Amino acid sequence: MAKITYHTHDNKTHTIDVQKGLTVMEGAIQNDIPGIDADCGGGMACATCHVYVKEEWLDKLPAKEDGEEDMLDMAFEPKNNSRLSCQLIVSDELDGLEVNIPSKQG
Amino acid sequence: MNKTDVLIIGAGPTGLFCAHQLGIIGLSCEIVDNLDKAGGQCIELYPDKPIYDIPAVPECTGEELTNNLLKQIKPFNVKFHLNERVEELKKNQNRWHVKTSGGVEFDVAAIVIAGGVGSFEPRKFSVKECEKFEGKSLFYSIKDKSIFKDKTISIFGGGDSALDWAIELSNVSKVNLIHRRDGFSGVEASVQKVKELNDQGKLNLFTKYQMDSVSGDKQIETVKIKHDEGDIKEIKSDYVLGFFGLIMQLGPILDWGLNINKKTVEVNTENFETNVEGIFAIGDICTYPGKLKLILSGFHEGALAARGCFKYAKPDEKLRFEFTTTSKAAQERLGIKK
Repeated sequence: MAKITYHTHDNKTHTIDVQKGLTVMEGAIQNDIPGIDADCGGGMACATCHVYVKEEWLDKLPAKEDGEEDMLDMAFEPKNNSRLSCQLIVSDELDGLEVNIPSKQG
Repeated sequence: MNKTDVLIIGAGPTGLFCAHQLGIIGLSCEIVDNLDKAGGQCIELYPDKPIYDIPAVPECTGEELTNNLLKQIKPFNVKFHLNERVEELKKNQNRWHVKTSGGVEFDVAAIVIAGGVGSFEPRKFSVKECEKFEGKSLFYSIKDKSIFKDKTISIFGGGDSALDWAIELSNVSKVNLIHRRDGFSGVEASVQKVKELNDQGKLNLFTKYQMDSVSGDKQIETVKIKHDEGDIKEIKSDYVLGFFGLIMQLGPILDWGLNINKKTVEVNTENFETNVEGIFAIGDICTYPGKLKLILSGFHEGALAARGCFKYAKPDEKLRFEFTTTSKAAQERLGIKK
């Protein structure tokens, strides 16, 4: 388990123990955290699991694969700290990760 | 009024295979889809990307899969109603009366929703004032390009649509192309062409900029764009175009009295019927314990839903299980001559 903190747009904070091996997206979906739609189910084909990663975590995350940045072009209000949460696989290294969920996904 | 046994909503792989299964058991169907072609997500999101988990097909692309499914249902002459979104649904005695966005009407015995994650709609700008100009001087798709002649157009996006239109319109209009980063997702040849045009002064490229605001009275007059580092530029614009791909919206399905669970429709696993009799849901749009969003699961769901439709379409007949390998009736329906 790793602790992932999701800050939702309604100014609520949800800290969840997410099983290692799941994605940050799946952690949100399984725990009914609002604001992550994940329409395509994790296929990097829709950009509706877009999150903003807390700045200090940016360099600690695995690098974006081909396609993630292209998909982020389609996200709602992308910023420099944008990631697709379906591409962030939870591991010991991600314990303590904090992400902000945008006001909407599309 | 189109009278048929079953209306399938969604022309993705699941909807197409369900049409096949309906045809095999002797039921007629028609298919409605909001997009301009069949294939659903396979065609819209990943036509060229490989799929490796279709049983007995080691590898195929989204486009190949779609074309093969269309070939497979060819014997049944299924009628497609593309660019149409189902809007209204009314029960009329034992049948359903359905109406689409374009006013096409259907009289059917059963409905199969194979709508993926909803209908595809263009993604819009997040800036609120954009709504005011939408359809007048701000567009997400182009129907009549002649209106842009000799005008100043600001195009936002970095994919093929944005690049292609920037290149084409730069011949007759003053084009600004604005994109949030230096990299583009469009094909390399188009990216090179855009850079060339920018170097030749035939197009103005702004990268690492995003829309900040639009202003104007009835028509757009200026657009403000903001750099990653905070710098704001004001550019004169007669028209604004946004190409950010498509997003899926569940839309009117939400109002049909179906049990909805996280944007999906609850079904039973016996015949994939919803809580409303005569309405079935298959593929990505349905949910049940153990649901997998795989194309192969959609095929299975479609086969069972087709049989579930039978009692509504032919209440006085009994459906007998048959194999296509040996069933004379099925082979006749497939148009096989021996």
